[in-house]
Amino acid sequence: MISESKELKDELFRRKLRRYGAEKGSIIPLLQAAQEIYSYVSEEAVSMISESTKIPQSSIFGVATFYKQFRLKPVGKHIIKVCQGTACHVNGSKEIMKAVEDHLSVKEDENTKDGMFTLLSVACLGCCSLSPAVMIDDETYGKLTPDAIREILDSYRKTEGEEK
Amino acid sequence: MKTLLVGMGTCGISAGAEKVWNELIRLIDEGDLHDKVKLEKTGCIGMCYREPLVELRKEDGTKTIFGEINPEKAARIIEEAVLKENDLDDLVVYDFKSGGDASLFSKQMRVVLRNCGIINPENIDDYIDRDGYTALERVIFDYTPEEVIEEITASGLRGRGGGGFPTGKKWLFTKMSPGDKKYVICNADEGDPGAFMDRSVLESDPHSVIEGMLICAYAVGAQEGYIYVRAEYPKAIERLKIAINSATERGFLGDGILKSHFKFSLKIKEGAGAFVCGEETALIASIEGKRGMPRVRPPFPAVSGLWGKPTNINNVETFANIPWIIINGAEKFASVGTEKSKGSKVFALAGKINRSGLIEVPMGLTINEVVHDIAGGLKNGKKLKAVQMGGPSGGCIPAHMCDIPIDYEEITKTGAIMGSGGLIVMDEDTCMVDVARFFLSFTQKESCGKCTFCRIGTKKMLEILTRITQGEGREEDIPKLYELAEKIKSASLCGLGQTAPNPVLTTLKYFLEEYEAHIIDKKCPAKVCTALVKFVIDPEKCVGCTLCAKKCPVEAISGAPKKVHYIDLDKCISCGTCMEVCPKEAVYKE
Repeated sequence: MISESKELKDELFRRKLRRYGAEKGSIIPLLQAAQEIYSYVSEEAVSMISESTKIPQSSIFGVATFYKQFRLKPVGKHIIKVCQGTACHVNGSKEIMKAVEDHLSVKEDENTKDGMFTLLSVACLGCCSLSPAVMIDDETYGKLTPDAIREILDSYRKTEGEEK
Repeated sequence: MKTLLVGMGTCGISAGAEKVWNELIRLIDEGDLHDKVKLEKTGCIGMCYREPLVELRKEDGTKTIFGEINPEKAARIIEEAVLKENDLDDLVVYDFKSGGDASLFSKQMRVVLRNCGIINPENIDDYIDRDGYTALERVIFDYTPEEVIEEITASGLRGRGGGGFPTGKKWLFTKMSPGDKKYVICNADEGDPGAFMDRSVLESDPHSVIEGMLICAYAVGAQEGYIYVRAEYPKAIERLKIAINSATERGFLGDGILKSHFKFSLKIKEGAGAFVCGEETALIASIEGKRGMPRVRPPFPAVSGLWGKPTNINNVETFANIPWIIINGAEKFASVGTEKSKGSKVFALAGKINRSGLIEVPMGLTINEVVHDIAGGLKNGKKLKAVQMGGPSGGCIPAHMCDIPIDYEEITKTGAIMGSGGLIVMDEDTCMVDVARFFLSFTQKESCGKCTFCRIGTKKMLEILTRITQGEGREEDIPKLYELAEKIKSASLCGLGQTAPNPVLTTLKYFLEEYEAHIIDKKCPAKVCTALVKFVIDPEKCVGCTLCAKKCPVEAISGAPKKVHYIDLDKCISCGTCMEVCPKEAVYKE
């Protein structure tokens, strides 16, 4: 996760705006850049995009809320994506979701109280042979059981504890 | 020199291929084995159920695939198979002596997957060595655009994204549309849950798709192209970027391609997570930076597409077929398959089968052959109940109909569709009402909201299905589902709405008794719908360990230590925790 200062992030984002701002159809790449840099799409980012593209903020919000990828709220340190694809569904993804929810006392689309995790469900990660699967940040975990996912979550907690 | 190839598609990496890769590098460095063995990465070998996979190619050209490799086993491969040339039979999943899972490959025909798992997708020379870009060269110098379209038309290739529209005809429409600026788009917004064909092709052989697009651009007269890829496929995007860069460096992309007058440039557009963008007009809106909503057709994209210009859109698999057709000839392609479905089709096999993975079979093979011969039958010797094809737009084909051939028209007759290639196998433990509900909840969430019947109708259908699975179904629910299904199909603008009721309709058609069991008898025959199953402890098996009582969230389990426990069904919320924690498997569903 990026931990640079706000000024540095703003500078990075302005660079993207200069690069893509004038291009046709650049809203989605710019929203993606904002999310990559700030980890979510803030109101401020939307207004910056609007200024540089001359597209009204309302239209940009329209696009941002249409696509599932964009998050309008800050997220936790780690993002958990529980796959809900067909193969995962028939192989017990419901139980995995429940195990995560219970273990972290969090509901789908929410952050844990300590801000460590954000829980999301995704339609399909595309690694159906590993079902049921969960992606935490960029790491994919497959062939899970409720016990296995609990253990994995604990290992994230433990690493964090050690870092502190 | 021997070569070791590590399968580094997303499936392989998530199963641990990177650790194996790093360990192999370390071992080769440490042992100073660079003159004995060369290490290469490759894409998807297709045996996802055995990942991580490592293939050994010997000097005599024979190959052996080792499966389920971890760093320790990697060390054995180096030590025993590479250095001592032992057979290492316990790790072999497939070899030239036709051992292991040979039946996985024997009925396959690899056209689209011709290079997958064989070449290093990040090295353009590997692709060129296997006739890469010769089709492009041939087309530019020996064919007129019209001749290219004739060839593709003669091959009988149909859109592999699921629609099955003849590819040659589509190209011809774009070619005939007036306009000096035209676009070619590759639809890689593979959104069906349970489908990973396009991802694997892009990760394993990106140049075949780029070459296919180039040939299309030459034929229709386009100068610019886009590949619209799901953002959930970071590896595919990374490899495509590498491929585009190296193809540009070598003069296959850009101005004056192969020193001719033909020019074509290619950009990647990352999707942002909207299933409906797989529909071509929605995809175009998304590239233009708008909300990805479909619009009325006509005008078709071939006449007015991206930025209002003539645009040809095909899916990844369709494009990957093109170079093969040019090199081997339309006749050879058309000699495979059935009367109206030519060539081969890639399927992503998943579900309750022994071998999940990526396969490609000639059209005309029966579904049974795919499930039993290629996929190795069902897990744990269970019985086949149904096969789901076409994802949320498709349907469930019951076991007794699985002797039909893979053919666009034959599959459509069952109520399912060929679809893009997701093939999910279901056994007797799968509840068909639950499956229908699952797909509908997907399409309901993904409906863009433009058409009323799709937006509200799917919601109403979902409410009905949810209440059926919760044991609150009513007898009038079934006719109501039919009525809603018909209206959604006829009053929706795009494929998403028009096909959304299919999973419900096919399960109603073939598994009506299961719906009735839920509604009338308040039972789930497959014991999946938790509200309709009772959890019971088998007194013969219970050893009184008290674990279930401790874990029960509602204190519904009573019993003294070392004595048989009981579940109070009035308190039980059917969460299944007791069954999950019981070390003696004494808890069962009734």
